[in-house]
Amino acid sequence: MRQLCKGNVAVIKGAIQAGCSAYYGYPITPASEIAEAAALYLPQVGGTFVQAESEVASINMVYGAASAGVRVMSASSGPGLSLMQEGLSYLAGSELPCVIVDVVRGGPGLGNIAPEQSDYFAMVKGGGHGNYRNLVVAPASVQEMADLTILAFALADKYRNPAIVLTDGFIGQMIEPLELEERQISMPDKPWAVTGVRETRKNLVNSIYLETDELEAHVRHLEEKYRRAQEEEPCYELYLADDAEVLLVGYGIVSRVLRSAVEQVRKFGLRAGLFRPITLWPFPSKALTEAAARCRSVLVVELSTGQMVEDVRLALDGRVPVEFYGRSGGNVPQAEEIRDRLLARAADLVAVG
Amino acid sequence: MAAKEPRVRRDEVRDIAEPRGSVEIDQEECKGCGLCVESCPPKCLELLPELNPYGIHPAHYTGEKCTGCGICFYCCPEPGAITVFRVPPARVATQEVPSAATL
Amino acid sequence: MSEYQVVHSKSPVFYDVYERKSDLQHQTHYCPGCGHGVAHKLIAEAIQDLGVQERTIFISPVGCSVFAYYYFDVGNVQAAHGRTPAVATGVKRARPDSIVLAYQGDGDLAAIGTAEIVHAANRGEKITCFFINNAIYGMTGGQMAPTTLVGQISTTSPWGRRPSNEGYPLHVCELLATLEAPVYIERVALSDNKNIMRARRAVRKAIENQVAGLGFSLVEILSPCPTIWKLDPVEARKWVADEMIKAFPLGVYRDRKTAVPVTPVPQHPVAEVLDLEAEVTAKPATSHHRHVRETTIKIAGFGGQGVLLLGQLLVEMGMLEGLEVSWLPSYGPEMRSGSAHCHVCLSRQRIGSPLVSHPQALIAMNKVSLHKFAPEVQAGGLILYNHDALPANFEPPPEVRAVCVPASDLADHIGSAKVANVVMLGALLSETECLPAETALAVLERRVRNPAMLELNRRALQAGRRYDEREIHVALSQPDGFAE
Repeated sequence: MRQLCKGNVAVIKGAIQAGCSAYYGYPITPASEIAEAAALYLPQVGGTFVQAESEVASINMVYGAASAGVRVMSASSGPGLSLMQEGLSYLAGSELPCVIVDVVRGGPGLGNIAPEQSDYFAMVKGGGHGNYRNLVVAPASVQEMADLTILAFALADKYRNPAIVLTDGFIGQMIEPLELEERQISMPDKPWAVTGVRETRKNLVNSIYLETDELEAHVRHLEEKYRRAQEEEPCYELYLADDAEVLLVGYGIVSRVLRSAVEQVRKFGLRAGLFRPITLWPFPSKALTEAAARCRSVLVVELSTGQMVEDVRLALDGRVPVEFYGRSGGNVPQAEEIRDRLLARAADLVAVG
Repeated sequence: MAAKEPRVRRDEVRDIAEPRGSVEIDQEECKGCGLCVESCPPKCLELLPELNPYGIHPAHYTGEKCTGCGICFYCCPEPGAITVFRVPPARVATQEVPSAATL
Repeated sequence: MSEYQVVHSKSPVFYDVYERKSDLQHQTHYCPGCGHGVAHKLIAEAIQDLGVQERTIFISPVGCSVFAYYYFDVGNVQAAHGRTPAVATGVKRARPDSIVLAYQGDGDLAAIGTAEIVHAANRGEKITCFFINNAIYGMTGGQMAPTTLVGQISTTSPWGRRPSNEGYPLHVCELLATLEAPVYIERVALSDNKNIMRARRAVRKAIENQVAGLGFSLVEILSPCPTIWKLDPVEARKWVADEMIKAFPLGVYRDRKTAVPVTPVPQHPVAEVLDLEAEVTAKPATSHHRHVRETTIKIAGFGGQGVLLLGQLLVEMGMLEGLEVSWLPSYGPEMRSGSAHCHVCLSRQRIGSPLVSHPQALIAMNKVSLHKFAPEVQAGGLILYNHDALPANFEPPPEVRAVCVPASDLADHIGSAKVANVVMLGALLSETECLPAETALAVLERRVRNPAMLELNRRALQAGRRYDEREIHVALSQPDGFAE
């Protein structure tokens, strides 16, 4: 049934549908409604909500619950995620699944509470210590806040690794229709978990490997999982990209603005298209390369000074010129702003290549 | 209570041909810290003058006077270095046994 | 020898051979005379005697006891430095039937993990904590601990701990005993035979409490570290007795027999909690007669004027009408007061940017908002201003119609200033016909449960719809509303 829902609340509705039974978190604007929804809904369906003393404690409670084999999550915004980085490294190192939502706000430091996409490096490239990756999905609507949270739980369990829902203050605060169906929850077996019964007594959750060769073997094992994820999980959306001369690339809220901009510039005869990564890690490099092959140029737009654009450039490897347009401080470009920029640069954008 | 007198009188102990208790010390597991020697109420443990393969002087039961009180077991930091034995209570029923629980 | 019976031997709670160790698999990795081994033995014995080996989950910390999982044949989870109580919280809440033992040293518990232990204790987590206090950082090679004694030399307090520089030793039991929730807190010492036996009883009781479901228990164990203290094991034990106990008095700091009372939360099926069967059935978008594909509205005013709520009413109406809708608020650090605005899109197709930079309609609930947002309104658009006249110095943008609706005055007249936003809703529907008025009524009926309030809202809606005679400024072209 269709219901109006706030993006942050949709996260918890999705999580409950994914069988999440525990939430540990600490309030922070603009993510607090996630904790509030968890506090309201989870205990009613037999789940656990604890407001922790800090994000450091939250992520380690998540670590404990994940060790014990339940589906567990937390959410925060940039400053809180900075505090969680150590824990994320431990979770990845110990091969524990969990879902963490980052409703990105302006940074660095205390910054502000307006939307940014400046945590891309921190979430997609790691951020914590050691050789590990986060699986990262980027919703662009309230519906996707629920759907991609459900996906994130599946990915986290499939790869026994933290999965991040990387979103921003706008998507989190927005209200849109949300369509939820009653769904059967299929919980994977977790024979590795430490559950306090005879069968799991010999189990051990840890990330310490003192012998150099043992640690290297562990890191190779993680690497192999990540390689498999790169093959199987990239996800993206295309809009009017088939005949596009200029391909716009953006994720999350920006992809919505770009969608409007594509429509607007097409009225002026400039054939623009949109490539929206849905998984940021693994990054849909192959699909992007294919989509961009037919284009004269690529314009990456982000609410940052240029983070995802590095992955776009890596993927395209100089085959197509890549331009970047970024806003920050919580400023979200208007579709008209992108339109005008595209039209002003149209001659150059289409001429090259 | 490092030097406290055991509650069993020495002359009584001496009268018994075979001690009520006995201790086995795993020479591989013992790290020679000496805490058992120090703690033993009847002073029936000692560090061997010889070195074991790890280069330490392991603890050793002299073979006399052990009451089986178990103090050495609880003072020893190694989980399995010390095993304490005792003659079943019926055989020494008349004697006061300072078990771990009453200390 | 055959007459002898074993009375004390290695607990079966310990692995027979420490296979997780790379070498010397029959010995622990602890230094000769270290207190950890003794503490381990007391814990293992209690686990065995209480018959909870299968259920036990041991959380090991960072510090010398990081490898406790080498030895304990129970479920094992290794935690990040200082976070053992948080990890234990997650484990215990996920598996309430398990027996969760959190084991920490003094740096782990009383320095980097101070917050976690205090709050786990304060929440009354039903876990058992063992706090090994040896007044020094052992594993990292002898740095100062939060419990290092005044004057005690360490590698990072080379002149002895100076209260003027490092403060005083932290007294964990005393600190935690100020909290309400813990059921049992005791400090014991591995200083001599008698105190070891006291420690044995305390360890057992702390685990028993958890088996009984009572609540948070913590045993602080003053423990020798001969290697870092540079004392032989016998001297080290004496140092615990002579120096540490002086600074950290032994004793029971809390012993409560009853658990914290439980306040249950009502249980409901998932479908009900998630509103999966919400009766909202969208009807096909026919009843609003506009030819427009998309309506974009910005609503602005002072916090508390119902600005955000008005936007939500509009998107709910839109959804009922089968449209795509989006509502995006300006969100600020202040809960009330300050300025507030929101963006509303109603569309027949998938909505791109939910950000309304050039609205077709602006509802300005105060003068500041009018001045701020009027310049953004599209040519052919509409401004609804909450007053009976436009400000003297205000000129609407070209081709924009400005309509004055004294919504706050009308609302006051109706009986509640709160319904000014609904007056504006009525005016908007009347001016633009972007959505049918019946749908507005339907939404109000769903949202407002109080009959008296609902009546006020109905009248407010009506008042807004009828108030159309005070048009102040007519656009140059397209007087009926929207461009497109």
